[in-house]
Amino acid sequence: MGSTNSTLSKIPNVEELVQETGFTPAHIVRLYDRFEALDKEKTGHLRPQDFGAINRLAINPIGDRIIGAFFSPGQETVDFHSFVRILAHFRPADKKRPKDPSMPEPVNSRTSKLKFAFQLYDQDKDGKISRAELLQVLRSMLEMQVTEEQLESIADRTIQEADLDTDDAISFEEFRKSLEKVNIDHKMSIRFLR
Amino acid sequence: MPAMWHSTFILVMVLLAISRPSLASQARTEESQGTGNATEHTITTLPIVIWKWEEIHFPYLVALWVLVSWLCKLVFQQNPCLTSVIPESGLLICIGWVLGGIIYGADKVQTFRLQPFTFFFYLLPQIVLDAGYSMPNKLFFGNLGAILVYAVIGTCWNAATLGLALWGCWLGGAMGDIDTGLLQLLLFGSLIAAVDPVAVIAVFEEVHVNEVLYILVFGESLLNDGVTVVLFNVFNAFVSLGGAQIDAVEIIKGIISFFVVAVGGSLVGVVFALLITLLTRCTKNIQIIEPGFIFVLGYLSYLTAEMLSLSAILSCTFCGVCCQKYINANMDERSVSTVRYTMKVFANGSETIIFVFLGISAIDPSIWVWNTAFILLTLLFIFVFRFIGVFLLTWILNQYRLVPLDFIDQVVMGYGGLRGAVAYGLVLLLDENTYKEKKLMVSTTFIVVYFTVMLQGITMKPLVTWLKVKRAAVAERTLAEKLQNRTFDHMLVAIEDISGQIGDNYMRDKWNNFEEKWLYWLLMTPFARKSCDPIFNIFHKLNIKDATSYVKEGERRGSLAFVRNESKADVDFNKKFDADFSEMMPYIMTENMGPDHVPVSSIFVPSVCLDMHEQDLKMRESEDFDAHHVLQQHLYKGRKQHRHRYSQKHLEVSKDEHEVQEIFQRTMRSRLESFKSAKMGVAPPKISKHLKKDQPQKMPNGKSTENSKSHAYGDEDVEFSEGDSASGCEAAGSSFPMRAYRGAGIVNPAFMVDSSTVAPSQRAQLRLPWTPSNLRRLAPLRLSTHSNDSFLLADSPATQEGISEPPPPPPPQDGQGRGTHK
Repeated sequence: MGSTNSTLSKIPNVEELVQETGFTPAHIVRLYDRFEALDKEKTGHLRPQDFGAINRLAINPIGDRIIGAFFSPGQETVDFHSFVRILAHFRPADKKRPKDPSMPEPVNSRTSKLKFAFQLYDQDKDGKISRAELLQVLRSMLEMQVTEEQLESIADRTIQEADLDTDDAISFEEFRKSLEKVNIDHKMSIRFLR
Repeated sequence: MPAMWHSTFILVMVLLAISRPSLASQARTEESQGTGNATEHTITTLPIVIWKWEEIHFPYLVALWVLVSWLCKLVFQQNPCLTSVIPESGLLICIGWVLGGIIYGADKVQTFRLQPFTFFFYLLPQIVLDAGYSMPNKLFFGNLGAILVYAVIGTCWNAATLGLALWGCWLGGAMGDIDTGLLQLLLFGSLIAAVDPVAVIAVFEEVHVNEVLYILVFGESLLNDGVTVVLFNVFNAFVSLGGAQIDAVEIIKGIISFFVVAVGGSLVGVVFALLITLLTRCTKNIQIIEPGFIFVLGYLSYLTAEMLSLSAILSCTFCGVCCQKYINANMDERSVSTVRYTMKVFANGSETIIFVFLGISAIDPSIWVWNTAFILLTLLFIFVFRFIGVFLLTWILNQYRLVPLDFIDQVVMGYGGLRGAVAYGLVLLLDENTYKEKKLMVSTTFIVVYFTVMLQGITMKPLVTWLKVKRAAVAERTLAEKLQNRTFDHMLVAIEDISGQIGDNYMRDKWNNFEEKWLYWLLMTPFARKSCDPIFNIFHKLNIKDATSYVKEGERRGSLAFVRNESKADVDFNKKFDADFSEMMPYIMTENMGPDHVPVSSIFVPSVCLDMHEQDLKMRESEDFDAHHVLQQHLYKGRKQHRHRYSQKHLEVSKDEHEVQEIFQRTMRSRLESFKSAKMGVAPPKISKHLKKDQPQKMPNGKSTENSKSHAYGDEDVEFSEGDSASGCEAAGSSFPMRAYRGAGIVNPAFMVDSSTVAPSQRAQLRLPWTPSNLRRLAPLRLSTHSNDSFLLADSPATQEGISEPPPPPPPQDGQGRGTHK
């Protein structure tokens, strides 16, 4: 597309993005279009309300959490780079990538994806999912019919099953361990359109 | 006991009913032979009553047979344990046998058989139309590639392998001495290879497999008609031409005819869909016969394709598939209900008649020719080659699919290749002189149909259960896994929405844009256009729910007059809803167009949630608690996991809507909560500065703004002014531009507030910008206390206060949906 190149030139540091995230330039152009569509006031940054304008997120039980995940602590806006970086977590893993210990962990590796998922739970970023945080998530994901007691029982049992060092919280390692049988790549990937 | 008497009574009625026409037809044939030409009798005296059987016997018989077939259905529905074991279709066939036996016994010849013409032109079209109309489109088009692969390549494979295998066996002498040839066997293979939609519907209806699997088998059964028709005609022509005349040209012509027939048939269907849609655009004044158009045009699409020797089933299917969305939007709700129910009646009725007659037609010794080898080999090969075909094709497809089909699904798919009445109809169309072994083929077809429908039908459910059980027992998932899996689903959906990727289909994205830009404008009435948004539908439903409970409450109190009497329309509903929001009926507005370019209406968070707390009470009583079970049952299903909606028998509103409403209410509530708590936490005593000034501004024209970006509404208690950044809130500039509603002017011209849509309740008193909750930053929020209900407007135009009591204390920090305050 002829417009690809013109759009590409508008985006600063495209090569860096491509390197870091593994998206192709065509992907990045498409994401940039999306970014601009969301950024109605053309400020070059996205704010929570811009995400909030996406209707379908309102009917997603963890929609608001996902929105929050885009914003790093202390920041009120998301620029395009951060936008793409977060989305890059959801790229399907590159099967043929050689394991190179000197290179930093790619964004869409299993560990990075798990870290992203972990952060959704761990809102206060202390590296552990406490019982209260787990309760919050459970509450939002379960139907209204479920009572408080049932919720708490579920939370307790979940922590029991996953918690290995009995500190009544789930650390990242425990989280990862409890999901070792799950095919994370499948479950956390979407095919990005060109 | 009473059930048994019911059944016997009905059976007796049925027997009487059929014996009468049978005897009557006998009498008729005798009479016509006896009287010869003299059909008119000279009368000698005025007859008071005449026996008019000859004139009306045809419609009478038709009506009677329809009645009898449907009564059969009634008979075995009395006995639910029977229906849970044997699929309904099987039971109908059995009753057909009984009836056929009775008729044969009475007449010594099978007077009633399923004629191909009747089947193809009077019984099949409505089933196909119903299938198309009720098809879950997203699922269908999402998997269209796989469906086409199975339908086209799979059917060709089945036909070819079956024909060749039978030919090989015939050459080998296994079948004895039958007069057939390669081409005839290939023809036979092609007509028996096709998976039958009627049978698939009938059997899969009762076995609830997952949606993707269902749509693959079902879609295949519909789309393979294109292939079947072509193969049938091609081989029929080849047999007539004789083996010698077949050369490359003919074969190429055959291949071309496939494309023409299949694509042509689909195009005819699409054209008719277009006609229907355009028609429904104009039928606002004749709503009473609006539903009729759908049926007539649907039937015409079938007939037109048939007339042009294209694939009629494909035409009818695509007609239904393409028009459903638009006509559902265009037509009045009652018309839509009428269409749905009537289609189901016709489709279900036809299916019943087909199966009963399949049973009856078999009881006729004159058509049976038995050749054990042929029949058994056919059965065997059908089975084996079906499985091989499915496994092969799935293996190829899995390389390209994002979510591969696993082994269990493949087994079920292979096992679900049911043959049915279409094969029977086709085999009866064969010319007896060309096909010396027609009777053998007919017999084999019968046996195959019975085998698949009854045996495979009966064993399908146990098979599915057994396979699943085995699979689940192998890996019992932990709670964390279950929860996390569901979280992943929701996550993916959210990321797809954020990044604007809709599923993984580039074409679908393009199509959606095209559709919104052109088709909506062309095909839908203006009103329908804006209600297309799914979120709007949710609001609409929530509003209706709220309104109905409102009315109920009013009736409970005696009349709705209470609405006008109270100065603040603060009814007891509050108690049921979270006390925090006792007075707030926020209208949460977004901009006209969401980023997805869909017109978005205002959001109306209902204040009455009657179902929540009552259920709480019920739940507390149950003591036995199983965390796994509760989690399994009550996790919200994400968008990807909708239950499949196509069912021939049930027309319920799917539970998804309920779930979606719950989630939506909760999200809005938590956003409000966090907004409120931010408000509370920051500056309670700050009194609005702009209160009086703003209101008059808002009244006439909602567009007036103080600054370019936001509207300021007065709030009695708190207002975040421009410079307020107590909790790190951003300046006013970042709040959503707000549009006043109704009385204050309507901004979005595309969205005209009809009274039939979102009805502003009297209790609407606040307007809030729509901000996500659980964020670390809150945009400044401005509240309006201006009620825009007509009652209040009429009574007190300057009512400033909506919140007449001090705002309730901040909701307790119970960790519900709040991670913002540290």
